[in-house]
Amino acid sequence: MNKFYHSVRLDEDKCKGCINCIKRCPTEAIRVRNGKASINSKFCIDCGECIRICENHAKIAFVDTLREMDRFEYTIALPAPTLYSQFNNLDDKNIVLNGLLRMGFNEVFEVSAAAELVSEGTRMFLSEHKDGMPWISTACPTVVRLIRVRFPNIIEHLLPIKPPVEVAAELAAKRAMEKTGLPREKIGTVFISPCPSKNTYSKSPLGTDKSEVDLCVAIKEVYPKLLSAMKSVAETDYPDISTAGRIGLSWGFSGGEAGGALCDNYLAADGIENVIKVLEDLEDQKIENLEFVELDACSGGCVGGVLTVENPYLSVARLHHMRKYLPVQVSHLEDSEDTDERSEQFELLKFDNGIKYEPVFNLGDSIIEGFVRLNQAERLEKKFPGLDCGSCGAPTCKALAMDIVRGEATEDQCIYLMRKHIAEMASELQSASREAKKASGDNTRGNYEYVDRYIDKIAGDLSRMSDTNGVGYKGISNEG
Amino acid sequence: MDDTIVLEYTVDAEDFTRAGEASSDVKKKLKQMGVSPNVIRKVAIAMYEGEINMVIHAQGGEIKVYITPENIKMVLKDVGPGIPDVEKAMQAGWSTAPEEVRNLGFGAGMGLPNMKKNTDSMEVETEIGKGTTITMVVNMLGNE
Repeated sequence: MNKFYHSVRLDEDKCKGCINCIKRCPTEAIRVRNGKASINSKFCIDCGECIRICENHAKIAFVDTLREMDRFEYTIALPAPTLYSQFNNLDDKNIVLNGLLRMGFNEVFEVSAAAELVSEGTRMFLSEHKDGMPWISTACPTVVRLIRVRFPNIIEHLLPIKPPVEVAAELAAKRAMEKTGLPREKIGTVFISPCPSKNTYSKSPLGTDKSEVDLCVAIKEVYPKLLSAMKSVAETDYPDISTAGRIGLSWGFSGGEAGGALCDNYLAADGIENVIKVLEDLEDQKIENLEFVELDACSGGCVGGVLTVENPYLSVARLHHMRKYLPVQVSHLEDSEDTDERSEQFELLKFDNGIKYEPVFNLGDSIIEGFVRLNQAERLEKKFPGLDCGSCGAPTCKALAMDIVRGEATEDQCIYLMRKHIAEMASELQSASREAKKASGDNTRGNYEYVDRYIDKIAGDLSRMSDTNGVGYKGISNEG
Repeated sequence: MDDTIVLEYTVDAEDFTRAGEASSDVKKKLKQMGVSPNVIRKVAIAMYEGEINMVIHAQGGEIKVYITPENIKMVLKDVGPGIPDVEKAMQAGWSTAPEEVRNLGFGAGMGLPNMKKNTDSMEVETEIGKGTTITMVVNMLGNE
């Protein structure tokens, strides 16, 4: 399993080598080199910001497709709560659920039903673990990945409870095996996802060794097929098969998960920049006395995912509307007088293993090497203009300095330094020419040779510079 | 000096929204250097408390951070009113913060005690009417 598996990728043919994505990336994971963007897989957290900003659609969300369902004998749809918010004038989510069955899924297991179990488990966990507060939600894989690489002091506050999609897949697969008698590999659990980050989770999960989610498909792929299936469902009598209420549905928007935790002091932040701000403040102990912190990388919560079709704020409005007619909670951890049995179910919700800090931003292998390189980078940064223009292919002057000390870039990639360098060479050439005239007197041949040598040297310098330049101007100057 | 990294920050008076910027920058750099998370946590807390103090009590000031492979030294210098009784100020809960500052959730009298708690050494030089300089050191060793 690749620790740094990614679902946000680059379509190189479409990339024009502009600097929009490098500026937007919250972990400064993208560089433009030789006229094309490239994503550093260790820094990338699959947030999808570059997908949003790229006007050329060169950043793509790599997820599974519905066609891949063919390899299973029995398929279970796992709709994200967000899916219900994508349709106009929808009052009853049973139309969506029955529509999925009509589309060809053998069964449906609502992720919002599993979310209600996770909410219940979270409440149990919070009441038993007051010491480690604030507990931070682990439902958004991008947030977990961000904390893993950038906030080592926050890791111990991560709520060690599996995300709803994992719980849904586990329960659905188990139930289907009992019902059909099929082996696990013939049963396909198919998450209908608002974001590529969940695909990353399903292929390379954190907190558990292997995910029970077999496929992760995009809401936007399912949408047109589901819409027509829903139309035919709505014309008939359809059964009530929903197993989730208000708490489960609310996981689709920011604040929903925290609301379901039913605690007095919670914070919910959405949008990756806001999430980072909250984590910084938590690290400085600037924020105190919180029990629970919900963090969603996308604005608005999961409804803001890049694989959705609808405006996230309209989606929130729809979920609020749909919520009104639902009971508070429909799915429960099986009622039992026996506390042991109850805690056994609760155990199933917990992480199989902890999350480890990945110091990917370290400049060196040891603290001494790190110190030396940081020192170099600080000095280098002072040479740069501090405009953060991005022309070197790095998002900021600081980032370029770091790249240079890591051996991944050179000073001449800064066009300002290069301009200075050229000016120096020009004046060097001028004085060389004067010197040559003086030295050779009337000997014009010697004079030419002297100047020739300098021209050669400078031509060499110049061509080296254009080779190393990050943002390419191919077709404009290089080939000419 | 080649064996020390010097970082300099200016803290603006009465701008709460910007307090924490210096701490945030230092944290980022220490992480890149590969400093242990616990050391970073201590530095971040001590520095943030110091920054807030400069905003509340003094008219802002300057912070210099000296990083070596052995330790991190933070020097917070202001030209504020000075601390009349350092011993008292070091006691948890003792505060001279004005009401409006307390209403914002600051000035609970935990600033200096928290700074002391999170550092290996702390020196306070203060003169009434002239200002205060606080020097704090967090060692790399022993804090992992």
